[in-house]
Amino acid sequence: MTYDAPRLLACGDTAFTIEFAAGIEAEAGARVMALDALLAERALPGVLETVPTYRSLTVHLDPLVADPAELGRAVLALAGEALAPLPAARLWRIPVVYGGAFGIDLEAVAAHHGLTPEAVIARHSAPEYRVAMIGFLPGYAYLAGLDPGLVLSRRPSPRPVTPAGTVSIGGAQALVASIPAPSGWHLLGRTPVKTFVPKRDPAFLLRPGDRVRFVPTAPERWDALAAAAEAGETVAELCEAAEA
Amino acid sequence: MSPRLHLARLSGAASLQDAGRHGFLRFGLSASGPMDPVAFAAANLLVGNGPDAAVIEFGLAAATLRVEGGPVRLAFAGAVGGLSLDGEPIAAHRSFLLREGAELTVARPRDGVFAVLAASGGFPVPRVMGSRSLHQRAALGGCDGRPLREGDRLPLGPLPPSGEAERCLDPVALERGEPIRVVLGPQDDHFPPDGLATFLGRDFTVSNRADRMGYQLDGPEIAHGAQGFNIVSDATVAGSVQVPGSGRPIVLLADRQTTGGYPKIATVISADLRRIAQRRPGETVRFEAVDLAAATRLARARGAHLAGLAARLRSVESEAERLMAANLAGEAVDALGPGEAGEE
Repeated sequence: MTYDAPRLLACGDTAFTIEFAAGIEAEAGARVMALDALLAERALPGVLETVPTYRSLTVHLDPLVADPAELGRAVLALAGEALAPLPAARLWRIPVVYGGAFGIDLEAVAAHHGLTPEAVIARHSAPEYRVAMIGFLPGYAYLAGLDPGLVLSRRPSPRPVTPAGTVSIGGAQALVASIPAPSGWHLLGRTPVKTFVPKRDPAFLLRPGDRVRFVPTAPERWDALAAAAEAGETVAELCEAAEA
Repeated sequence: MSPRLHLARLSGAASLQDAGRHGFLRFGLSASGPMDPVAFAAANLLVGNGPDAAVIEFGLAAATLRVEGGPVRLAFAGAVGGLSLDGEPIAAHRSFLLREGAELTVARPRDGVFAVLAASGGFPVPRVMGSRSLHQRAALGGCDGRPLREGDRLPLGPLPPSGEAERCLDPVALERGEPIRVVLGPQDDHFPPDGLATFLGRDFTVSNRADRMGYQLDGPEIAHGAQGFNIVSDATVAGSVQVPGSGRPIVLLADRQTTGGYPKIATVISADLRRIAQRRPGETVRFEAVDLAAATRLARARGAHLAGLAARLRSVESEAERLMAANLAGEAVDALGPGEAGEE
């Protein structure tokens, strides 16, 4: 449940967190992004970086410039004001090749829910997701908006390595992975889109608050799309705020 | 040929680090940068570098170094083992010239973990996303996105001006026995009173699972409360003390994951991050809670200390004179004998 009033949580002398809810909720997520936007606009002295997550905003600060306790109270006060709806964010259409070697858990997820693999693909590619948080590893985009009919707790044991571009689900969350890493989530598919290229400007394709739609893509198209991505093309389609 | 530093022999960890890659926390990339910011600042000052120059950070390492196309001015700071230049011992926390043909050996430190080696002009490898710091998990920065290894030849900056005096600084103590100070939170309310009492009252030990991402501690299990050990993932900071299901705390450090799903019982204050980083596997860690006002005062004292380091640089000649004067005075006192010296 979203709290009646946001909470100020101490994170030592170089950060604090403003928390809006105990769980994952659309309203809390919207208020996180609204406070993030408000802080970017106000540019308070001492604020270094902000990190939006599903239900909270962490503010990193320089304690030589601002008093952490005073700054925390000031931002908490702003959190009450940050209710204005945000302008519609960017929408990305991201191609995904589902199943087979691209998504080795598709069949198991389908079996668990008593669905066909095609029905899982349809449910996974239907919603418009929001990038609620980028974290854990560089460019790992955690999405809100998963179909409740696909919610499934993590695998009992994580896989030691999953490839870059992995599109997976875990609990009520959906993920687009940027670099290879261990994962205990269910792998539904893979995208050729490179969401993190250190030498590209900007290095990160997705931003917190962006909207995402997955476009089921035939496996025969993988090689051509992957080659185009390798050559520096975005491959994902950017639809600026038009569909809001 | 532009000069290069040849890492002829290396055992242990080593990476290039500058002041860090800042501004990408919201994209999941932690800043990296030095594990001991005081040693980092001191080493760069000693060789006349700016505060953001890249250095080699050694972690429990021994090495042999040579320069090709040299000379180069070098300085070590932090947890430095024995240094010798062509077989002659040389002090840390002072600058010196390494000339072509000479051999510098660095022993594994007996105390502490991280030693910083600065070279005049820094190590001008390409910056990646604004920084030369290695982030190993992301394969970013450093030397081709990887740690240093034996045989590497690192580019050096311009040759140092000749005839400049070598400089020295007093080393900063590693404070091994002292408690590590924390501010409780952000999720201290996920722990019952006995969990908090375990965390603040008992001794922990740095385990072997300790690297630039974080230090896992062995010791008593910290009990979780009724809410269990899973939270909705939120942001971590350098110094976050997360407590996973095992009940054994992990202190997150420079190359940490930027978000995590375990409750964080406390945060190590910024002034003490170098002290926990310099604890070795097997060494004891005790935590002591301070309030945010105290943590802020200590951060500002640390800031003032770093800002004042430059004013404490001495030239090595004057240092030698000072030491000689102190030794002469010491001998004079000794000459009086214990009884007479005690008469005053």
